[in-house]
Amino acid sequence: MSDQEYIPKSKAAKWFNDRLPLLTLGAHLTDYPTPKNLNYWWTFGGILTFCLITQIVTGIVLAMHYVAHADLAFGSVEHIMRNVNYGWLIRYIHSNGASMFFLAVYIHIFRSLFYGSYKSPREIIWILGLMIYLLMMAAAFLGYVLPWGQMSFWGATVITNLFSAIPLVGESITTWLWGAYSVDNPTLNRFFSLHYLFPFLILGLVVLHIWALHIPGNNNPVGIDIKKPSKDTVPFHPYITIKDAFALLVFMIIFAGFVFFTPNVLGHSDNYIPANPLVTPAHIVPEWYLLPFYAILRSVPDKLGGVILMFSAIFILFILPWLDTSKVRSAVFRPIYRQFFWILVIDVLMLGYVGAMPAEGVYLVLARVGTIYYFLHFIVVLPVVGLLEKTDPIPMSISEPVMTGGAEPSLARKLNEKV
Amino acid sequence: MSKEEKKVNRRDFLFTASYTIGAVGVGAVIWPMIDQMNPDKAQQALATTEVDISQVEPGKSITVLWRGKPIFVKRRTPGEIQEARAVNLDDLPDPQNDEERVKEGKDEWLVMLGVCTHLGCVPLKDKGDYNGWFCPCHGSHYDVSGRVRKGPAPTNMEIPKFEFFR
Repeated sequence: MSDQEYIPKSKAAKWFNDRLPLLTLGAHLTDYPTPKNLNYWWTFGGILTFCLITQIVTGIVLAMHYVAHADLAFGSVEHIMRNVNYGWLIRYIHSNGASMFFLAVYIHIFRSLFYGSYKSPREIIWILGLMIYLLMMAAAFLGYVLPWGQMSFWGATVITNLFSAIPLVGESITTWLWGAYSVDNPTLNRFFSLHYLFPFLILGLVVLHIWALHIPGNNNPVGIDIKKPSKDTVPFHPYITIKDAFALLVFMIIFAGFVFFTPNVLGHSDNYIPANPLVTPAHIVPEWYLLPFYAILRSVPDKLGGVILMFSAIFILFILPWLDTSKVRSAVFRPIYRQFFWILVIDVLMLGYVGAMPAEGVYLVLARVGTIYYFLHFIVVLPVVGLLEKTDPIPMSISEPVMTGGAEPSLARKLNEKV
Repeated sequence: MSKEEKKVNRRDFLFTASYTIGAVGVGAVIWPMIDQMNPDKAQQALATTEVDISQVEPGKSITVLWRGKPIFVKRRTPGEIQEARAVNLDDLPDPQNDEERVKEGKDEWLVMLGVCTHLGCVPLKDKGDYNGWFCPCHGSHYDVSGRVRKGPAPTNMEIPKFEFFR
């Protein structure tokens, strides 16, 4: 990470920096050499940072008015909506913010899948990212329980019961999670405590994620190694900051669109009914961002099998860097993988769709096909395609296609043939 | 000292002893942190409940709350009992006679935990393909004895400990 040694200009700054090199860190982040061909798919790291900070700030404010008690929680959320000054705005930002957070993280993950950002030497960045994603799902689930509506209560019941599928100790684990013999007040209390904790764990992992990123530097759309700093890089500030800022503004417009015009469209109306332990809603559905995994869970006609497959669907991603046998990173130069990538995208979207539908008839068939394909992609397609695929020639440097007018693969190929 | 004969010296002993005591100490501190999450005394105190069933007509059922979970108390008609007992045990994913699920001499009373054994939803009564209960969450069907017949639920609905008095 040794960029040029940074020396503060003023004496006071130098005095401080010698004792705690924060200014060196600042200089590193400012000058950080970034590939100059990064496209807008690379702006989601910054967008995600914004999402995390938004959730933490609005969450801290909401906690000033919320009451974590089974008898009072639902009322306190309505109190926030009706009585607290701008409470409606803060809560809608927080609840829609969770969805926007996931929207951004899914784009970020699929960006990585397309351009091979998970491959050597960036495996640790990828794994840290998945840990963040896992914590995000946990935090989102815990937060969804807090309003103590019908969906909160039954969502909590179903998710905690997943652990009862574990042989022998399952029941004890579930009771331990609940702190009672069903989802009840002790459950709500601890969920609130953990919901407050997790964002800060995420924040810590984000620091590690960025630290690990700054060791090899960013991957880029052509996926080749670059020398840094060189002709192929630009300093992070102002080149990337301005690009990130523009993307963030567009993202915020969409975000605001949800918050101000249709704040409940991503939620479920049943959650405006107070929790009732005697009645399960006719259709319980998780939030949209968990639907593909829910579809996988329901596609298996066996309790333990369904739970194992659902968790495997996430954990298989941890070994992805070793399942993909191709040395070429970017799908731009992988004509076969590129097609499978898009099939996977469609597969996951389809699983999300059937996850929202009743688990019967054609939906069940689609869920099973989708589940099988999902695992095939990682276990069979990736290793095999990596070995058999004839990849397109890779440009010598980022500048090569850029200097001649664009990072089009066809152009890169032509250039390479001339060489 | 030759490298082959590794003598246990005083330092090795001290290391092992320190680690052992340390591990016991850490365990002694961690266990209360874990166990505090188990049901507390107030939760455990709710272990029993009494229900008046004198008003329940044959063929009807009531639902009562016990430990935060619903209990179905169903007074079955002779026809329903007959139906439950006519089932071939080989057709059941979790084979169990209807007789094992009720108290002898009180065969009309089915008392069970109204919780789907799949993921804990409350099944709907008088629904499903077997004249019993149907879980709306993931589509498990239960018969008139509360035994699972179809769907992802692994076992029959649980029979809690209960007794009749008066």
